[in-house]
Amino acid sequence: MKLKKNIALSDTGFVFDPSNGNSFSTNPIGLEIIQLLKQNKTQSEIETKILSTYEVDKNTFEKDYYDFVNMLGKLKLNAADEKD
Amino acid sequence: MKKISVAVTGLNAIDSPGPGISVIRAIRQSNLFDVRIIGLAYESLEPGIYMHDLVDKTYQVPLPSAGMEVLLSRLSYINSVDKIDVIIPNFDAELFNYIKLADILKQQLQISTFLPTLQQFEARHKVNLYEYGEEHGIKVPKSKAIFNSQEIVRLHSEFTYPLVVKGKFYDAVIAYSADQATGAFNKIAAKWGLPIIIQQFVQGQEVNVTALGDGKGNLIGAVPMRKQYITDKGKAWSGISIDDEELINITRRLMASSKWKGGLELEIVKTDEEEYYLLEINPRFPAWVYLAVGCGQNHPEALVRMALGEDIKPFNTYDVGKLFIRYAYDMIVDLKEFEKISTLGEL
Repeated sequence: MKLKKNIALSDTGFVFDPSNGNSFSTNPIGLEIIQLLKQNKTQSEIETKILSTYEVDKNTFEKDYYDFVNMLGKLKLNAADEKD
Repeated sequence: MKKISVAVTGLNAIDSPGPGISVIRAIRQSNLFDVRIIGLAYESLEPGIYMHDLVDKTYQVPLPSAGMEVLLSRLSYINSVDKIDVIIPNFDAELFNYIKLADILKQQLQISTFLPTLQQFEARHKVNLYEYGEEHGIKVPKSKAIFNSQEIVRLHSEFTYPLVVKGKFYDAVIAYSADQATGAFNKIAAKWGLPIIIQQFVQGQEVNVTALGDGKGNLIGAVPMRKQYITDKGKAWSGISIDDEELINITRRLMASSKWKGGLELEIVKTDEEEYYLLEINPRFPAWVYLAVGCGQNHPEALVRMALGEDIKPFNTYDVGKLFIRYAYDMIVDLKEFEKISTLGEL
């Protein structure tokens, strides 16, 4: 998944979408994943990073990752909703 | 700094606020002008009358229904005791009179305005908006003006519910059935008169643009905003500036094609499919115009400069992610002040 290019992200987990004024708060792990997505990391790269940092098994990560990414899409934060 | 005197209407900073106080704050913030603000009020309880840090002197003016001659007579008197350089009217309902009087005000009283032409003003009217959108290449939800509530039962052949029932100047109600539409028709017609405009409801996010045109087809400035907190009257109590290039493009196209002169507000719905539908053009600055100042574009100051004959360079940028948050505030006013505006018509 690719995030919109202009998404603003703060260290506190505050996410701002300047194209529509929406803002959200995320927890530290959500923040870390969004930061990795902003760096255009693939799912596999993100998985490697998270599994090596936290005590979590692959299946749980995948389930939560899909849930999270699906939610980012619903919140229109993915690049698919971005006009060229 | 150049000393000028600017008269402003719309001092009703209430739950459905007029733009006057925002316009005054913007002009007061000017580094170019040393401004004396003359408030023009219709009612003695308009809060701006008593905001002496913003308004130097207020005069009561006749309601728009009294007509041009009565207004001209009152403005002549005010101008004779308190010279006015520029008038900025801020109510839709009073604009007709001011537009018609613009040349007389300039020639007889040396008062400048910066208003759309009567043709521009009428063309963007809610009643004509559908055709206006077609003319200027902007999508507008299907609309129809009706004069009789009995026409509502026949609407189902042209519209699908929900639809929006709108007054010719103010008010809009979403109706989900013919019964609701009839109720809204009666309520709004009693308040604002006929016709009533029926508009197809479009689902999406409502966004607004405050903008300024120079009357030659140039967009001088534009700031788009999304409402964040909406009152039960549908007014923005807080909003945030957004980065939406298409909204700026639509505004620029509209200015180029209509050669709009003055401030305006576009009310637009952006659908999930990224389509933009123009719902309304308000022919003056919105009450939230001070957000534009906060974003780096002082539209009221630019309007005053153009009214005084200056050439203005368009604003090219604005800050995204700036919020305005409106608040209620209780002023304590001495009865003497209320008495003075109520009996003498000035304070």
